Amino acid sequence: MTDAPKQPLATSGATPAGAAPVMEMEAYRPPRNQWWDVWDQFKTHKGALFGLGFFIFALLFVYLGPLIWTLDSQYIDIRARNTNHIFSCLGVGGGWFSAQGWADWFRDMPACLGDPEAFSTANPIYGLRVSWAHPLGADQLGRDTLSRMMVGGQTSIAVGLTAMLLALFFGTLVGVLAGYFRKVDGLLMRLTDLFLAMPLLPLLLVIIMLFRDVLRSAFGPEGGIFVLIVVVIGLTSWMQTARVVRGDVLALKEREFVLAARSIGTPPWRLILRHVLPNVMSSIMVSATLGIANAIITESALSFLGLGFPSDFPTWGRLLFDATDWLTQNPERVIWPGLFISLTVLSVNYIGDGLRDALDPRIRGR
Amino acid sequence: MPDGSTAPRKLVEVRNLRMYFPIHTGLLRTHTGDVKAVDGVNFDIYEGETLGLVGESGCGKSTCGRAVLRLYDPTSASIKIDGVELAWANDDARKIDAAARRIARNATYTVMILGVVLIAVLAVQFEAMARFPIVLLQAALLIALGLLTFFLTRNMLRKSRARAAGISEADFAPTENDLRRMRPTMQMVFQDPQASLNPRMTVAGIIGEPLSEHTQLSTTERNDRIYELMDAVGLNRDFANRYPHEFSGGQRQRIGIARALALNPKFIVCDEPIAALDVSIQAQVVNLLEDLQEKFGLTYLFISHDLSMVRHIADRVAVMYLGKVAELAPRDELFNDPLHPYTKALLSAVPEPDPVTHDTAERVILQGDVPSPSNPPQGCNFCTRCPAVMDICRSEDPEMKEVRPGRFVACHLHS
Repeated sequence: MTDAPKQPLATSGATPAGAAPVMEMEAYRPPRNQWWDVWDQFKTHKGALFGLGFFIFALLFVYLGPLIWTLDSQYIDIRARNTNHIFSCLGVGGGWFSAQGWADWFRDMPACLGDPEAFSTANPIYGLRVSWAHPLGADQLGRDTLSRMMVGGQTSIAVGLTAMLLALFFGTLVGVLAGYFRKVDGLLMRLTDLFLAMPLLPLLLVIIMLFRDVLRSAFGPEGGIFVLIVVVIGLTSWMQTARVVRGDVLALKEREFVLAARSIGTPPWRLILRHVLPNVMSSIMVSATLGIANAIITESALSFLGLGFPSDFPTWGRLLFDATDWLTQNPERVIWPGLFISLTVLSVNYIGDGLRDALDPRIRGR
Repeated sequence: MPDGSTAPRKLVEVRNLRMYFPIHTGLLRTHTGDVKAVDGVNFDIYEGETLGLVGESGCGKSTCGRAVLRLYDPTSASIKIDGVELAWANDDARKIDAAARRIARNATYTVMILGVVLIAVLAVQFEAMARFPIVLLQAALLIALGLLTFFLTRNMLRKSRARAAGISEADFAPTENDLRRMRPTMQMVFQDPQASLNPRMTVAGIIGEPLSEHTQLSTTERNDRIYELMDAVGLNRDFANRYPHEFSGGQRQRIGIARALALNPKFIVCDEPIAALDVSIQAQVVNLLEDLQEKFGLTYLFISHDLSMVRHIADRVAVMYLGKVAELAPRDELFNDPLHPYTKALLSAVPEPDPVTHDTAERVILQGDVPSPSNPPQGCNFCTRCPAVMDICRSEDPEMKEVRPGRFVACHLHS
């Protein structure tokens, strides 16, 4: 530190390549936090911005929505059973291909939106039951779909995110350890194979049968099932991540910059955090985005089999499965949860895509 | 070699460096042989000099350089840098350590297997023991016990056997932690500047990594040091926030050199630092290395296959062939009067720019291929291709001898 030069050396024949001949000594910026660069690049990815926008909207909808739409999701209004959503009013009229049909539409549509109940009883020909009391309709017991969507979304998003994080953590841990430390490679990868070879659904059934009552008594009926489902999904979906990460780490480990870090004397765990993990981030991102979708869908499958949350406890997957019996009569009951699941998964995928690009300095700035 | 009234100090002493990479074959992955990448190399490097290490591709130059810095665990070696032993000062200590490890490993396996059986028996016998958290606890205990067994057995065996053989504790190789403390004295410049820089780190991060690993500098002090280093290697300070892919090959190599300089090392291994660069940039980088050597009093081990570059930068040159040093001599003597037949052949392969001499030059064209390092020939390594081969070469491995002052040759022609 003492004998280093303060000025550039007068190197014989070695002009600093690319150095500007005149540099103001004050002109250079101090090293800037890398996350600003990441954000700058993220902003240029339109899909990622839309994805982030929708994801924030979905979060606000499910968590702040119940404060505005205060109807209880469990309240049974039996007279409102099988109510259609209010958007059905947009479909009234006499058809799109005749002038009369359009005239009917212009007459009936405002009437329907203005006073849905009266319109429904006055015009039985449409077979509609619409009401502003249930803008997204109600199910066969008369429970309000909008509030069930909100409450169900809380569970679905929470399960998806938590299970994804858990699976990601396990998968990355196992993958990095197996890839970096040759001694545990065989053991950990055989463990991964073991989990992959186990038939998933029977395993889930057994785990849930074994632990449901214990956890229910510890965390309450819904909390216990939440913990159980998150852990079960997390513990049965980390294997793909582990395999991909291990492969990447094996390749990275042979790169010279890892050797360079070792020659500096960086201890293994810091080497992993500083050099290996940032470079496998893109595969982890891909796993993460796929993991959320996978978790939401597995949760709905479990609910469908009667092993997830109690049948009166709404989740997006549960709503979707309950609605399949009423597909012809109330198709919107499938559409809304389906739309939200798809859009959430899509938005997370786009966020992941944008983040992956933004985290790679080679793509940044293009 | 710098010669003066005072004898120059030996900074690096490498004795009997062997680096074997095991070959495992068959269903059970049994150890059936070794790739003898480096097989008994000896050399010294004096303070402030540059030792060139040349040889054809695959002869073990890079492995040798990396093993000297203990980036590999050498099969056997005594490596002293600045008087500090990095490997095994005493070869018996190495054998004792290997045996102690082997026995400790077997003891650990036994303990683990017994432990698993015990846990299983307990679980079957007592229902309380089979409960989920208790089984986890038992497993954790077992792993801890296994680790304890390994380290206790190894250390006890090492101590008792070392005392019996009269070997002091200092003769054992330093642990990873001790090595880490020695890393600042020795650094490395890598061949491929693209591959040796982490693509996700900024230049400041890369050059600053050794500083954050080994010093307790504050952020501003660290930045100042990074800027100093960037000045020293001729990089614009404004590049500190950029990423490696934004630079040309020569600039990337400068970043690598700055990183190697960060901790004021005494000894730098340059592992073909110019092989991946354009010819026009090579001179810049080599001149930079020379200037830095003068400025900071560095000692280089310069590994290269480019004979003209080695002739330019090196004070002494070692020629390697198939894991062994064939000849070690001061630069001018080696290039003007090579003694070993392999050195002669290597030097005659340098292209001649003058067309007339090119056509008339008497080249030594070697026949055949380099033998496999996993199965080197009996006797001299070079006997399969040597133009001056004798009977003794096929039976006896020639010793490295000082045939003239400062000139070491391993050849039966000169003994």
